Amino acid sequence: MTEQASHKPKAQLDAEFSELYRAHLRDVYSYAYYRVGDHHDAEDLTEQTFLQAYRHFERAQRESHGRPLRPWLIRIAHNLAANLYRDRSRKPVSPIDDTTTLTAMHTTEQLVEGRDELSRVLDGVQKLPDDRREALIMRFALGMDNREIARALGRSDGATKVLIHRAIKQLEEIVHD
Amino acid sequence: MTEAVPNFEGLLREALAPVEPPADLVERLESTLTSITEMAADELEAWELSAMRDPRNWARPAAALVVGGTAGAALVLLRARRRAHGSPGGLDGVLEAAERTIGDIGREARKLLGDR
Repeated sequence: MTEQASHKPKAQLDAEFSELYRAHLRDVYSYAYYRVGDHHDAEDLTEQTFLQAYRHFERAQRESHGRPLRPWLIRIAHNLAANLYRDRSRKPVSPIDDTTTLTAMHTTEQLVEGRDELSRVLDGVQKLPDDRREALIMRFALGMDNREIARALGRSDGATKVLIHRAIKQLEEIVHD
Repeated sequence: MTEAVPNFEGLLREALAPVEPPADLVERLESTLTSITEMAADELEAWELSAMRDPRNWARPAAALVVGGTAGAALVLLRARRRAHGSPGGLDGVLEAAERTIGDIGREARKLLGDR
C-alpha cells in the first residue's frame, strides 16, 4: 500500500489525535466551562468539539504546517458555543447573568475562605463583551499567548494584544466600581 | 499596557483557574471516540464485500486493510488509557493494562484479517 506523500497513515493520525486529546482535554473543558458557565453545556460542548476535531484532524494537520493545534481546537469550541447560543436565540441564563455556579465551584475547590475578590473578578468577566471575555479565558485559564489567541479568534496579533489590554482595563473598572 | 497591572493579572489568573473535566465526561467521550473508530472498521468491511464484485475496485482492499487495522489502533489506545485510569493497582495496574492492550491489538488484528 502506498500512501500519497501529503497523507499520513491513519494509524499515525489516530495516535496523534489521541495525543492531542490527552494534551488538551482540560483546555477545551476549561474554555467551554468559562464560556458557557454551566457544567452540562460545557460537557456537551467539549464532546462536540472533539468529535468535530476528529472528523477534520487530517486536514487541520496538513494546513497547520507543524504549528500547535490548540488554537484550532479552541476555535472549534468557540464556533460551537456561538452556534449553541444562536440556536437557543438567547444568551445563556445561569452562567453569564448569574455566576453562582462558577463562584460556588471555586469556593469549594480552590478559593481561600473570605476572598470574595475572586468572585467579583468572575462576576466581572461574565459582564464583558463576548470577544473580550473569550480572550481573557484563553489567556488566563488556558495560558495561551497572544499569537495562539489571535489564531483562535481569527484576528491579527496586534489586534489581539489591544483586545486583551482593553479587556483587562474594562474588567478592572468593573471590579473596582 | 497589561504589564502595568501585574497584581490584577495574578488575581485574574487565580479566578480563572483551569477546570478539570468530570470523570464521567472523560469516560463518555473516550467511549464515543472508540465507537467511531469501531464504526469506521465495520463500514470498511461492509464496503469491501460489495466492492469485490467490481474488478475496478480490486486494488482497494489493500488500502482498506491498512485503514481498518489502524482504526483498531486508535481504539486500543483509548481502551488502554481507560483501563489504566480504572486500575487501582498503581504501576502494576498500568502494566496489566498495557498487557491487555497488547492482547487487544492481537485480537483486533485477527478480527480484521480473519474475515477476509
